[in-house]
Amino acid sequence: MKRIALLGMPNCGKSSLFNRVTGASARIGNWPGITVDLMRARILLGSHMVEVVDLPGIYDLNGYTEDEQVVRDFLCAQPVDLLIMVINAAQAERQLRLFLQARTLGVPIVVLFNMADEARRLGINIDRDAFTEHTGFSAHSISAKFGDGVPQALAQIGHMLGNTVPSMPSFDALADADLEHALDQLAHQSIDTPVTLSARHTDRIDRAALHPVLGPVLFIAAMALVFNAVFLLGAPLQEGIGAAFDWLRSAALVPLLAPLPAWASGFLIEGIYNGVSTVATFVPLIVLFFFLMALVEDSGYLSRAAFLMDAFMSRLGLDGRSFVMLVMGFGCNVPALMGTRIMRARPLRLLTMLTIPLSLCSARLQVFLFIGAAIFPAVWAPWALLSLYLFSIAAAVLTAWLFRKKFASREPFALELPPYRLPTARHVLLRGWHEVRHFVHRASRFIVAGVALVWLLTHLPVGVDAASTASWAGQIGSWLQPLLSPIGIDAQLTLALLFGFVAKEVMIGAMAVIFGQETSALGDTLAQHMNIAQAYSFMLFTLLYTPCLSTLATLQSESRDWRFTTLAVAWPLALAWGVAWLAYTGLSALAH
Amino acid sequence: MCALSELQTGQDATVVGLRADHDFVQRLHALGVRIGRSVRIIRRGALNGPLQLRIGTTDIMLRRTEAALIDTTEPATAQT
Ligand SMILES: Nc1nc2c(ncn2[C@@H]2O[C@H](COP(=O)(O)OP(=O)(O)OP(=O)(O)O)[C@@H](O)[C@H]2O)c(=O)[nH]1
Ligand SMILES: [Mg+2]
Repeated sequence: MKRIALLGMPNCGKSSLFNRVTGASARIGNWPGITVDLMRARILLGSHMVEVVDLPGIYDLNGYTEDEQVVRDFLCAQPVDLLIMVINAAQAERQLRLFLQARTLGVPIVVLFNMADEARRLGINIDRDAFTEHTGFSAHSISAKFGDGVPQALAQIGHMLGNTVPSMPSFDALADADLEHALDQLAHQSIDTPVTLSARHTDRIDRAALHPVLGPVLFIAAMALVFNAVFLLGAPLQEGIGAAFDWLRSAALVPLLAPLPAWASGFLIEGIYNGVSTVATFVPLIVLFFFLMALVEDSGYLSRAAFLMDAFMSRLGLDGRSFVMLVMGFGCNVPALMGTRIMRARPLRLLTMLTIPLSLCSARLQVFLFIGAAIFPAVWAPWALLSLYLFSIAAAVLTAWLFRKKFASREPFALELPPYRLPTARHVLLRGWHEVRHFVHRASRFIVAGVALVWLLTHLPVGVDAASTASWAGQIGSWLQPLLSPIGIDAQLTLALLFGFVAKEVMIGAMAVIFGQETSALGDTLAQHMNIAQAYSFMLFTLLYTPCLSTLATLQSESRDWRFTTLAVAWPLALAWGVAWLAYTGLSALAH
Repeated sequence: MCALSELQTGQDATVVGLRADHDFVQRLHALGVRIGRSVRIIRRGALNGPLQLRIGTTDIMLRRTEAALIDTTEPATAQT
């Protein structure tokens, strides 16, 4: 089998090309450093079976950050037949620097000048014949996003693969002595840039988005809009699907399972089905949420958020990128943790990683939507949700501020501000589809097992009333009461919290099982069970208390330091208890 | 000669020296900040925030402390 790898600077479109060529769904975003790990896929190219490897973007082959190390490690360990060098044609005068380094590796290279559409709009012209004449490497002009030129480039690559042998790149000739002079020369020979660039949309948008006053206002307004939209569109959607699941249960499942003994049908219906279907009602909502996230990530706004927040973040010992990772954490904490690989100073990276688990991820969003809709008056619910996002950011800020001395660093901060881009519909849909698959994956591992276990714990020992104090679940709840009753959480909900450690989605499933309710009735039961102070305290506690199992595993694998991982679990737990206690006592006092 | 951080917003100047450490100079080179290139400050972030710079077709942001390590020519006075 042949192996080819995609090499290029961050944000030049490698993953877009990878997806187009292999049909894979690597994550794409208009932010330098979306890909921080290898991704592989196999395709048939001409008559060859080829493994294509998407690499993280790197600025320099002598680079020093973790994501650049991933590339170095790959190139040092695995022979490749050919490197595809992806270059943003609109910025070729600087990105060709990496090509000048790569050509010393002694591996065949095909150069693809990507984003031909943007370069054309800017009036930038690349003379590929001159390029080939001066360097001896063949070059193509493509647009990975829209597909132009890709088939021709692939055809030539397939042809070239007939004569290649896998070889290990050699780093011997890689000195950074005089790249700059050679680069100026090559740029002069092959790139034609107009003297004055036409005014761009990006500049016009930035005038508002980066305005010292208007910029932050727009940011908060956009956030409020997104969460209100999720709430207003999502809540009825979720209820509708819940009703459909209930119908399915009474119309088909109950009659079908009637012949089974009571405990078995109880386990299957009130355990597995109720639990999993309650969680599943949130899937469309999560897809909707990720549509919006894809829009944000692909627009280029993340870099603007970094610009706006850097001054503030620097006072906390962080930088603008840390804030972006927190926002990315709103989707899922795991990729956000991995995204910190672009940071070079380890203390900065660790401090950022310490704050990310406090970011309100989409799994916690499900819990809050559910409780919020059940317990708060409809007009308050979206604002309760927004307040939780603000608490999430405030907790991250407090954490960074408290630990900034322990993780002190001084990393120079330089970051690209890419032009604004509109995602294609295909890209947004792919992202939603990706999340559905992600859900099914988690459902098949954690959620089914979680709700099954909750059912057993609430129904054993044999003969007890479900979820009563005599059941194992009830006993666990009673043990933990001294800890949880001061923050208004009763024994029945304790078990949901315990399982929330595995995955936050399991919490809703667990509640459905604990209260023995189907989806739509569960909200009413909850409303009778908790007052507003209890509900808000419960939500705050859930927001902060522990990262989920996947996040925990990522914290450990990225930090490779048990003491750090322990801190990242223990500190949020203490913070959660303190914050929930304050909220519970405060709100209870107000209500009296 | 003056430090990039002292340039007026909207003025063009040419980079003549980089005084940062080796690794960061490499990063600046990769971002297009090289001796002989023309740079312009597009805007300054509020509350001592970062600078938005334009070098050719690339926009980057850079903290003021880092921008102070970049030397440029005196800007052309006739700029508007
Ligand atoms: N206009 C235009 N945009 C493109 C093209 N190719 C990619 N993009 C956009 O460029 C951005 C970066 O694309 P990615 O594929 O994530 O880039 P990457 O090289 O994998 O980036 P890293 O993983 O961060 O190194 C996204 O917003 C893409 O939609 C293109 O040909 N034309
Ligand atoms: Mg990528």
